Amino acid sequence: MTELPNLTPAIPEILLAAAALTLLLYGAFRGDSSTRTVSWATVVVMGLAAVFIVSGPSDGVHTFAGMFVADGFGVFMKLLILLGSALTIILSLGYIRDHGMERFEYPILILLATLGMMMMVAASDLISLYVGLELQSLSLYVLAAFRRDSERSTEAGLKYFVLGALASGILLYGASLIYGFTGSTNFEAIAANIAAQENGASVGVLFGLAFLTAGLAFKVAAVPFHMWTPDVYEGAPTPVTAFFSVAPKIAAFALLVRVMMGPFGGLAGDWSQIVIVLSAMSMVLGAFAAIGQRNIKRMMAYSSIGHVGFALMGLAAATPQGIQGLILYMTLYLAMNIGAWAIILNMRRGSGLVESIDDLAGMAKNQPMLAAAMAIFMFSLAGIPPLAGFFAKFYVLLAALDAGLYTLAVIGVLSAVVGSFYYLRIIKLMYFDEPAEKFSAPTREVGVIITVAAVFTLLFFLFPAPFVAEAELAANALFR
Amino acid sequence: MFDWPLLTILTLLPTVGAVFIFVIRGEDELVARNARNVALWTSLITFVLSLVLWIGFDTSTAAFQFEERRPWIADGITYHMGIDGISLMFILLTTLLTPLAILASWESIKVRVREYMIAFLIMETLMIGVFSALDIVLFYLFFEAGLIPMFLIIGIWGADNRVYATFKFFLFTLTGSVLMLLAILWLYFQTGTTDIPQLAVIGFDPGWQKWLWIAFFAAFAVKIPMWPVHTWLPDAHVQAPTAGSVILAAVLLKIGAYGFLRVSIPILPDASAYFTPFIFWLSAIAVIYASLVALMQEDMKKLVAYSSIAHMGFVTIGIFTFTTVGIEGALMVMISHGLVSAALFLCVGVVYDRHHTRLIDKYGGLVHRMPTYAAIFLVFTLANIGLPGTSGFVGEFLVLVGVFQVNTWIAFLATTGIILSAAYALWMYRRVIMGALTKEELRYMFDLNGREMAVFAPLVVLVLLFGVWPQPLLDVFSASVANLLDEHQLALGLSEAKSMFAAR
Repeated sequence: MTELPNLTPAIPEILLAAAALTLLLYGAFRGDSSTRTVSWATVVVMGLAAVFIVSGPSDGVHTFAGMFVADGFGVFMKLLILLGSALTIILSLGYIRDHGMERFEYPILILLATLGMMMMVAASDLISLYVGLELQSLSLYVLAAFRRDSERSTEAGLKYFVLGALASGILLYGASLIYGFTGSTNFEAIAANIAAQENGASVGVLFGLAFLTAGLAFKVAAVPFHMWTPDVYEGAPTPVTAFFSVAPKIAAFALLVRVMMGPFGGLAGDWSQIVIVLSAMSMVLGAFAAIGQRNIKRMMAYSSIGHVGFALMGLAAATPQGIQGLILYMTLYLAMNIGAWAIILNMRRGSGLVESIDDLAGMAKNQPMLAAAMAIFMFSLAGIPPLAGFFAKFYVLLAALDAGLYTLAVIGVLSAVVGSFYYLRIIKLMYFDEPAEKFSAPTREVGVIITVAAVFTLLFFLFPAPFVAEAELAANALFR
Repeated sequence: MFDWPLLTILTLLPTVGAVFIFVIRGEDELVARNARNVALWTSLITFVLSLVLWIGFDTSTAAFQFEERRPWIADGITYHMGIDGISLMFILLTTLLTPLAILASWESIKVRVREYMIAFLIMETLMIGVFSALDIVLFYLFFEAGLIPMFLIIGIWGADNRVYATFKFFLFTLTGSVLMLLAILWLYFQTGTTDIPQLAVIGFDPGWQKWLWIAFFAAFAVKIPMWPVHTWLPDAHVQAPTAGSVILAAVLLKIGAYGFLRVSIPILPDASAYFTPFIFWLSAIAVIYASLVALMQEDMKKLVAYSSIAHMGFVTIGIFTFTTVGIEGALMVMISHGLVSAALFLCVGVVYDRHHTRLIDKYGGLVHRMPTYAAIFLVFTLANIGLPGTSGFVGEFLVLVGVFQVNTWIAFLATTGIILSAAYALWMYRRVIMGALTKEELRYMFDLNGREMAVFAPLVVLVLLFGVWPQPLLDVFSASVANLLDEHQLALGLSEAKSMFAAR
């Protein structure tokens, strides 16, 4: 009789899976009227999972025959993902009620996607990596097309699916090459195999690595694998877009970091060249392409591409400081981005949601508090001190200079200047222009999220030390 | 003498006032009135507190005083505040001009008064912070955060073309300062600290110093502004509301020069010496070019803006003479220019409030209707030229004495600039104030009211006082300037010895 694997490290994931199935049954019996209950239940389950993660092991213990790992890095990233997912569910409540999307599958799909993301973060084998990634991706495809009576939404879902499937295929191809040339799918075994080669890794492994990087670059939406982002961001229902821009991005980054620093840590000299190019191109394109956008969701899509470029700078450094910078970047990006999206979700007049940037005109006169919060998020995304976004850039730039990536750092700061132009344009519209029509007042949940996010973004500079220390711990977990 | 963290209190006090204004609720009219009062009182209390700082300040030593140090981001990046004589002068300038700026906008700002006052008080916090920060990351934080309130002040309460001007201001300054950020980060990972006094004693490799110096120069040159990156200034000044121009000209421009004194020269002595001719020629071009351009201006604010560029050229020349008189002269020019340019912008603001135009051609013969105004305007016009007996003379004279010892050609060009400054300033005065009052609509201009007199009075007194008795100012910063020069000579000697050692 085979022994049962150690389940303790995976309790949070098991909890999410069990909850997803139970809630699915509950919803099926109770019908769509149960959506609100299911949503809040999902949030509670995520909170519980967070408690289990914090109290669970974080010392790099492996289970399921080495396919699953629970370490400090995973703990930090999983908490971020859970926070992002839970906040999006809360933000969605009003929207799905108003737009005929109030179906109980909605929170459950987010829950399943979150489960997939947590699997990705915890993967220590190419197979578990792929399983987690696909669970996440398939849930996201459905979510993008969730407004099935809307042409834009279904188009976004289909586009995302076709391109995402292509990326998955490339990734799988890379994984199979790596398996073929190293003889294992396990991260530690691959690392050992590469380390044992006397004249460096074989061309096959490098090819596999390039394909794997391309596939993952698609998931984080780094240039030149970003084409899907603006279209999907624009077409998907707005709360889904908010979700896309936070939790899956963090998960994909966690996965990218884990793969690059884990099995291929010894090949950093080879892959960091790729990452440098991805980073520079993302920053430049994100800055320039956003300028011409009129739709705020598209603009935020390009903004997120630019931020991906910045975070990749931390990975390109391939040092503990770099990973620490990336982790901090993701943390602060979560705060300011979720706040900005909460306000975009609130751009409602009557029952309809407006998406044009010009609709923000004169918001400072109509709704001064909301406009002030938006201004904080925009200045922060532009990276102006003393707001949180400045510290995000501060740490990745520090790591990049430390690793000698001077050109990349200069490209980064200059594209940040270009990028600040379109964030400033939003502030200009809100503060300098004559008011358009007023937006509806935010619901209570949304108001609370906006306030908390704005206060955090504004006052982060007073207490950066604990976050920096936690991120350092998480980053060091990868370098043992 | 004090156990209290006086600098922190001074820095945060305006923000506390801003928070008070933020929570005011009620009718628009009432809110506006309360906001004005709270802002004025907060800035006055801040001014009084800064006088306490001056009284407690020991002028006999160059060491940093009122030092505070608290853990902040990391071991090497701390909340380190402290002032020497140089910073104290600028803090006093800031705290003096903020209440005047608020008083000057008492009636001219009618919309969103609450936000306006909040922006000014936050601005004051950030300016005091820049001048008291002794950690370079903290310095950067205050330095760049100042962009946010100024961006809003120009953009919301500015004139017709304000959006273009404020974007230009923001993007120019940001471009310069991100390069400075890279230099700061480089310093940090090389040394593990961003503490300015500690960095000053390290002595970096001269080759690297040049790169770092260029990065810092990018930030400070835009801020000062030096030719050829000065183009944002005339636009920003013309479009900004009067009080915005006052703060911009009187304090924000000084931050660039202060950066040279606080960061570039102590931390990068070899590069500073190496780039001296470069600075000299840029400044000389700025003095001549800006003065010539000022001659041709039709807009009063633009004329004062170009005259600011010319005066800041004097400042950079004075600083890079590396002589005691030169640097003391540069500091005097800065203080004097802080008072005079502020006053000139206020003078323009006075007629703009009444007549709603800044074009020189639209005025003429104002002396017949506004005799007091004409007299006050004359004082500041003459101080702007540098007439003996005004504060402008002391500084320019010292700078010229300093630069004459170092580079005669630059001294010659700078003196030419003074002649040109007489030409443009007096010509404007003649066209606006003198002559017959022929324009019908100017017959209804009325002279200064009590509030406006109250704004000008302290400026007139100080400009004339420092013109004949600059000693109180020189006393405050002479020890710090002497120390700056000693350290500089020492550092240059050290690196020379090092290179001779290496050559052997």
